[in-house]
Amino acid sequence: MAAARISRKTIGFGVLFAVFVLLCLLVNPSDANWLWRLPPLLKDLPFIINDTVQNLLFEWMPIEVYDPTIDDYETKPLFREMTRAISSFLLFIIEVVREVMLGGVKTIVAFTDWNFINENPWLRWPALPWTVITGWAIVLGYRLQGIGLAALAAFSTVYASVFGQWEPSMQTLSFVLVAAPVSVVLGLGLGVWAFRNRAIEATLNPLLNVAQTMPHYSYLVPVIVLFGVGDHAAAIATIIFATPPMVRLTLLGLKNVPADVVEAGIMNGCGGFQLLFRVLVPTAKRDVLIGVNQVVMQCLAMTVIASFIGAQGLGSNLLIALNSLKVGTGIEIGLCIVLIAVVLDRMSLAWAHKQTDYFADLSFFERHRLVIMLVAILVAGCLLAWAGSFIFEEGRNYLYIVPHNKGITTAPFWQAAVDWTWDTFFFTLKGFNEFLITQVLFPMRDLYLGMPVIATFVLMMGLAFLLDGLKSALIVGGFLLFIAFSEYWDRALITAYMASFAVMVAAVVGLVMGTLCAQNRLATRAALLVCDFLQTFPSFIYLIPVIMLFGITDTSVIIASVVYALVPATRYTVEGLRSVPEVIQEAGTMSGVSRMQRLVQIEFPLAFPHIMLGLNQTVIFGLFMVIIGAFIGTTDLGQLILGAISDPRGTGIGLTLGLCVAFIGLAVDQIVRTWAERRKKELDLG
Amino acid sequence: MSAPGRTTGKGKPVIECRSVYKIFGRHAQNLLEDADGFIDADAAKAAGCIVGVNNASFEVHAGELLVIMGLSGSGKSTLLRCISRLTEATAGKIFIEGQDLLAMNGRQLLDMRRSRMGMVFQNFGLLPHKTVLENIAFPLQMKGMKTRDSVSRARDMAELVGLQGRENYFPRELSGGQQQRVGIARSLAVEPDIWFLDEPFSALDPLIRKEMQDEFLRLQDVLNKTILFVTHDFDEALRLADRIAIMKEGIIEQLDTPANIILEPATEYVRKFTQDVPREKVLKIEILMDPVDETEELSDLRVSKDLIIETVAEAILNQTRPVGVVDADDRLVGSLHASHVINVLFGTKQGT
Repeated sequence: MAAARISRKTIGFGVLFAVFVLLCLLVNPSDANWLWRLPPLLKDLPFIINDTVQNLLFEWMPIEVYDPTIDDYETKPLFREMTRAISSFLLFIIEVVREVMLGGVKTIVAFTDWNFINENPWLRWPALPWTVITGWAIVLGYRLQGIGLAALAAFSTVYASVFGQWEPSMQTLSFVLVAAPVSVVLGLGLGVWAFRNRAIEATLNPLLNVAQTMPHYSYLVPVIVLFGVGDHAAAIATIIFATPPMVRLTLLGLKNVPADVVEAGIMNGCGGFQLLFRVLVPTAKRDVLIGVNQVVMQCLAMTVIASFIGAQGLGSNLLIALNSLKVGTGIEIGLCIVLIAVVLDRMSLAWAHKQTDYFADLSFFERHRLVIMLVAILVAGCLLAWAGSFIFEEGRNYLYIVPHNKGITTAPFWQAAVDWTWDTFFFTLKGFNEFLITQVLFPMRDLYLGMPVIATFVLMMGLAFLLDGLKSALIVGGFLLFIAFSEYWDRALITAYMASFAVMVAAVVGLVMGTLCAQNRLATRAALLVCDFLQTFPSFIYLIPVIMLFGITDTSVIIASVVYALVPATRYTVEGLRSVPEVIQEAGTMSGVSRMQRLVQIEFPLAFPHIMLGLNQTVIFGLFMVIIGAFIGTTDLGQLILGAISDPRGTGIGLTLGLCVAFIGLAVDQIVRTWAERRKKELDLG
Repeated sequence: MSAPGRTTGKGKPVIECRSVYKIFGRHAQNLLEDADGFIDADAAKAAGCIVGVNNASFEVHAGELLVIMGLSGSGKSTLLRCISRLTEATAGKIFIEGQDLLAMNGRQLLDMRRSRMGMVFQNFGLLPHKTVLENIAFPLQMKGMKTRDSVSRARDMAELVGLQGRENYFPRELSGGQQQRVGIARSLAVEPDIWFLDEPFSALDPLIRKEMQDEFLRLQDVLNKTILFVTHDFDEALRLADRIAIMKEGIIEQLDTPANIILEPATEYVRKFTQDVPREKVLKIEILMDPVDETEELSDLRVSKDLIIETVAEAILNQTRPVGVVDADDRLVGSLHASHVINVLFGTKQGT
């Protein structure tokens, strides 16, 4: 019975492939032929979006606004007033946080005016000395996890300070400190709302899917149009990107609260709010805090990209350094971003896993130990900075703040290393580069471009049908149809080719590496640790070393994508193989399997669905990286999106392109995930 | 389904259910309109509905311990949840001391739960982020009691259930039995007079379960609450109950005292449960005794009518003459023939 079903499936795949090849050979490649390329029916979509946004911004709902400078009412469109209000509010908060850390006068100006400041030059908010923030980071790290995290925090903050990255680091941090809480509150609110209302959940779900698979770039244009350029716009783009995981995890956490706990809460006489904030959210604390962790990581991942639209800080410096091929500086800045990311990641995770300690009778001092410590550090740091002003009499007070680029730098060393690599391996690298491009990438690209649209549809929808059934096939068809009707089918094919090449390489390498690592307990732990570590890197960082080696070429992007996508490929393989239930392993042992038999007969079949989920992640990672790679010059959708940023009418184009990329990702996701989840259920693996 | 059995309370019932239905599914109302009395299982299936509780009517009196017994899916938990209004009954009337529970608004219901009801859950339902003391104090704090007062009251409750010394532990640091003690203490913190227990001991090991049952009986002896106790364990029901309601597919098959259920199972379904129950371990002497017959000559042995048969069977069988049965005040209330005991112990025929 089972054998018959499998063979029928095999036949299905065979037929599908045959039809696909036949269609590729038979369809006549001419633009008039609809089987070759669909007409761009959605050609006007970008313009429609543009017009709608313009209308919304400049004409819709005029309201009377009182203008104090001319002492009269003016007619202004409601929507723009709203976006303006949001912008200035966010900008104000970012400035406040920034000035708390770095000092300045803008906050005071906001409450008075510039003349007042000029008359009273002493009115200046002082910066927090770097020693204070370093001390705080160490204490927090120690309290949250212990000596290890404290040491990491110490190293990171001292690194940032000594290498003269303090100011941009604090700018980046202030940006995160505003964007992350907003995302958390927003995500928590939406998550709770979705939890209480099925309809909201059903509406939010597809939106979250698209928001999470759309490349970061495509948000940028509409955000510029609506909110202008600057830190606030970057913060808004970041919030849009960072909120979905928070919503997801909040919802997940709330759903996982045991029914008994909820009912106990009700029977103990909780009102609605009491139930939510004293029972549900605290019980879901772990998931909620992991959501916070995700938000922080997303915010950091956005720092570089957000600098396109005016975010100050490490990201914009990195961008400038890479653009002018100052790889040495780039490495230093990149390392700084990584360190901040790792520290924040570890801290928020430690917070999530920390169990509350409670002892009824503590003294005031014991109860507020942390606060007292932090205040003590603040006082000590300030005193130190004050003392420093006597030591470093002229010029810079290094105990107060290390100015940008006045620290130690190792850039020349890195630069020399890069130059040496170039000089030594020039021909090898160039040869490899050329070989890859001419022998592998270009032929593959031509193959993809030579695929008639009907063949692509048949292949993708057929796969979806054979694996998941009709519903999936129709959903996949819908996603593809959108792309096919837009003007960007060819570009999408190029994106697809780069992503699929990266995914294939990453999947093969990841599978082999994962399988090898899973054979040994120690190697498993090491592999998962490395994956954890690499995953905290903002995606942009991956480009630095490959640009070092290969310059700005397709090869760089592909290699960066492969490395980036390798992380989920390896991790899911290891997890899948390791999560085969103990009972089944023991049953296998007692049936007398050899090592190889165990792997082939037991572990792989059971781990396969999970590995496929990993592949799914790999596809999304690969797509993201390929799009990000556009920044250094490739010719796919990503590059168009980049172009759209500088185009004043780019909103519609940017959004449409973003949707195209998202839909490629979602089509693959639909096929793979539906299959993997059903298969897992069949195998009773939860 | 009338229950002539013994009730400990007098006067108005504390809990009264009249034709309570709980039907899951969209066409529940249509189904109800068509039905007269019990809803037909086939009709429900045809309408795409699942009947959780089917026309349940009964009363619980003050200080009475009513056990609702049934296998999984029998609707016993659903019935309890209708009475605690954790789920809304589809139709019917439920009165708590004469007050219409289903007509209460949110505020009234909240007050009712905060002052009159306590509930214990199968999987404990403890708040993982709060200590033993805080968990017990939780319902008091929900009422708005000051932290200091609620904690001091919680300390008393912890002592009552034997948790002294573990007040500052977290639920994760306690064994299952201890966790359920916290659940019990929490449910009693507001001094409710109605106590709901939803399979409170089912998640525990057999030995611990026995221990907790004893503990529960001890508590009930002291507190004398009106109790609805849900279980799937027939032995547990026999041990604890004043009366048992046996449910199957939403219908209360029989509601009676443990003895009557064993001796006179109302349906084939109930008989299956009672078949393997060792009667001598459940029934009391009272059940077997004959009225006092002045002419009869009794042996010197006197047994209390409340004793379980097994505990005195050997002594009775050693007598040559019938044994006298006395009540709590040592008055002679009946006589007991050894043949009855033999019947219970070995016979297939029921005693009396």
